[in-house]
Amino acid sequence: MAAQPILKKAGTALAAPVAWLAALIDPPLRGLQKATGLNGMAAFFLAPNMAIFGIFVLFPLVINFAYSMTGGSALFLEQRTYVGTEQYERLLTCGNYLDKQSCTEDLFWNAAGNTAVFVLFQVALMTVFAMITALILNRELRGRGFWRAVFFFPVLLSPVVVGLIWRWILQRQGLLNYLLHQVGMEPVLWLTDRFWAFAAAIMVSVWAHMGFYALILLAGLQAIPKDLYEAAEMDGTRPARVFWRITLPLLMPNLIVVVVLALIRAVQIFDEVYVLTGGGPGTSTMFLTQYIYEIGFAQLIRNPGLAAAASILMGAVLVVLTLLQLAASRRSQNAGGGK
Amino acid sequence: MRRVKSALLALTVGLTASAQALAGDVRVMWYSDGVEGEVIQDLLNRFMEENPDINVILDNVAYSVIQEQLPIQLEAGQGPDIARVTNLKALADHWLDLTPHLENADYWRENFGAEADWMRPDGSDAITGFMTQLTLTGGFANKTLFEQAGVELPGEKATWDDWVAAAAKVAESQQLPMAFAIDRSGHRISGPAISYGANYIAKDGAPAPLDDGAKAFIERFVKWNADGSHSKEVWVSAAGSTYRAAADDFINAQMAFYYSGSWQVANLSTKIGDAFDWVATGSPCGADSCSGLPGGAALVGIKYTKNPEEVGKVMDFLARQDIVKEFSERTLFLPAHKGVIAGGLDFQSEDPNVKEALNVFVKASGAVAPNAAALPAWKWATAYYNALVTRISQVIAGEMSLDEAYASIDRDVADAVAEASR
Repeated sequence: MAAQPILKKAGTALAAPVAWLAALIDPPLRGLQKATGLNGMAAFFLAPNMAIFGIFVLFPLVINFAYSMTGGSALFLEQRTYVGTEQYERLLTCGNYLDKQSCTEDLFWNAAGNTAVFVLFQVALMTVFAMITALILNRELRGRGFWRAVFFFPVLLSPVVVGLIWRWILQRQGLLNYLLHQVGMEPVLWLTDRFWAFAAAIMVSVWAHMGFYALILLAGLQAIPKDLYEAAEMDGTRPARVFWRITLPLLMPNLIVVVVLALIRAVQIFDEVYVLTGGGPGTSTMFLTQYIYEIGFAQLIRNPGLAAAASILMGAVLVVLTLLQLAASRRSQNAGGGK
Repeated sequence: MRRVKSALLALTVGLTASAQALAGDVRVMWYSDGVEGEVIQDLLNRFMEENPDINVILDNVAYSVIQEQLPIQLEAGQGPDIARVTNLKALADHWLDLTPHLENADYWRENFGAEADWMRPDGSDAITGFMTQLTLTGGFANKTLFEQAGVELPGEKATWDDWVAAAAKVAESQQLPMAFAIDRSGHRISGPAISYGANYIAKDGAPAPLDDGAKAFIERFVKWNADGSHSKEVWVSAAGSTYRAAADDFINAQMAFYYSGSWQVANLSTKIGDAFDWVATGSPCGADSCSGLPGGAALVGIKYTKNPEEVGKVMDFLARQDIVKEFSERTLFLPAHKGVIAGGLDFQSEDPNVKEALNVFVKASGAVAPNAAALPAWKWATAYYNALVTRISQVIAGEMSLDEAYASIDRDVADAVAEASR
């Protein structure tokens, strides 16, 4: 209450300088609008953002594309040999597309296959768990704020920290095997068995990011009108039917956004899994981003051209997913407008 | 426009100040296996007292920074003024020829000449640096575990099969999770492969296809991983050519036999203390020889330095006979300095295992096979090592067969050579 007179006084005091500033910039802006029209003004205001986008996104993209058309291990573009589409051919040539070993760059196909399987399972599990978490957190729980913070907390952790924590838990002499030993069970090589290492990569990734998607779904759940649930309750509708007929259809726009965002994030998976398994055992958890990193940076004899070509192909997949996300967002907005 | 230029210049200086030394400064990029970081800092402090006009900044970094980030800095014409490196030959184009900046180049040729070729481009006579340590791959046995198991340590001419069988007996008796382990490194398994007759270098100096000698060892190695004699974790714990040491499991008495190299002596001594007795064993024998692989770390000048004169002074100081002797005695590293070797060393350790271990490595250096001795100065060695680690790991993980791995290794090496030769 006491703040209102202070704010009013501050507003009155600021009126004069704001008016002076408006008077100062008004003539040139009017002149500009007269010269360029309304669309020109839009371009004028967008220009700074577009410049930043151009310098930090578009320009590196073009350079990356140029690298993908060159060969050799030199770093500077002008010292590299132009090889046309050779790097793409190397990545995409296979004797038999069902047999990775027959591919010229079998490690790329290995990584692509791993990424596809990872995306499939991680996104499905992520969505299901995020949905369950959101449904639980939407209920009248005691300490609801605390539980929301608990589920969101892993999102705030650095991926490296996430990877290290889970490595300590899952390694041969880690916490989980210690607990198994305490109950008389044999230790399991969670990170060196192909199946368990892959499962661990999915599980850790879901744990680390689920809170973010649960939050989106929670916002969607809270936007569903309560009177629909009250009407269903009065009609004696079973809870499962309420979920399938009311909650899920009305949550669908948020759910689509969650799925598409999770898809994009899953395709880019790298940091926490790299710390957790290093891409092993063998190449079982080596995903596309790690493949690009290994080829372009980590190997003692580097191949920036091949890494650039692989990143362009991965970028193409991400463009498709981004278009999906845009379409989903549009659909979500339309659905929101119709409510 | 002038303001924009000034702002950009300030930004550039600000961004590069952390990596680039200023005039009069000499920046040294250094990694440590044991206590050598502290020792070199001591020695550099002494240098700065003698040369107050030169400020030497020691950047202690992880080994992975030397392996993964330094080469990219060098490709970009950046980097420190001096670096401690192990990838000596493949990056030799980036090393500074110190000859015009040294007080007495003949002293360097006389004392470090034997390894000079390891760190300069083929055909060059440049002096680019000196070896801070000579290394030789070799084994270590947990003597206490062998004694507790009542298993005799295999003798001098024991083969790899003998060692693995003995270590397996110890593991079984002492309920160890593994009998032995070899570091995840192409360099590390090349000594054993050469002991079975492997030769990576063709007559024209290009990489030779994987031969029967190499295959004989790789086949054994995969079998030992499959039957659980070898650690189930070390080789499958990463993809690609990432380095993984198995030292921690040996230090924690989780295995009976560990194959690594002489640079581990200080590390084992410091961390094991008197927890158990351990001995260096040299390299087990194959069908052809009982060879380890020589190598080491070198201190080299970087050719993009803005202060070559100061770099020359720092290098001259660190290469002095008394300084090399002190460095080696305190770090427990084998020196490369001819005069220091001739004068003898008094390694500073109260650990009775240390002197004995270093003597074993000195003796084992006489058994290095010619094929192994040639590798440190061969520029395609890293291409071979990369391919070996990546593909053998895949076999061990069950992703491909041995025959597929052999074909992939040859193809990977050929691709790397073709790409690097463009």
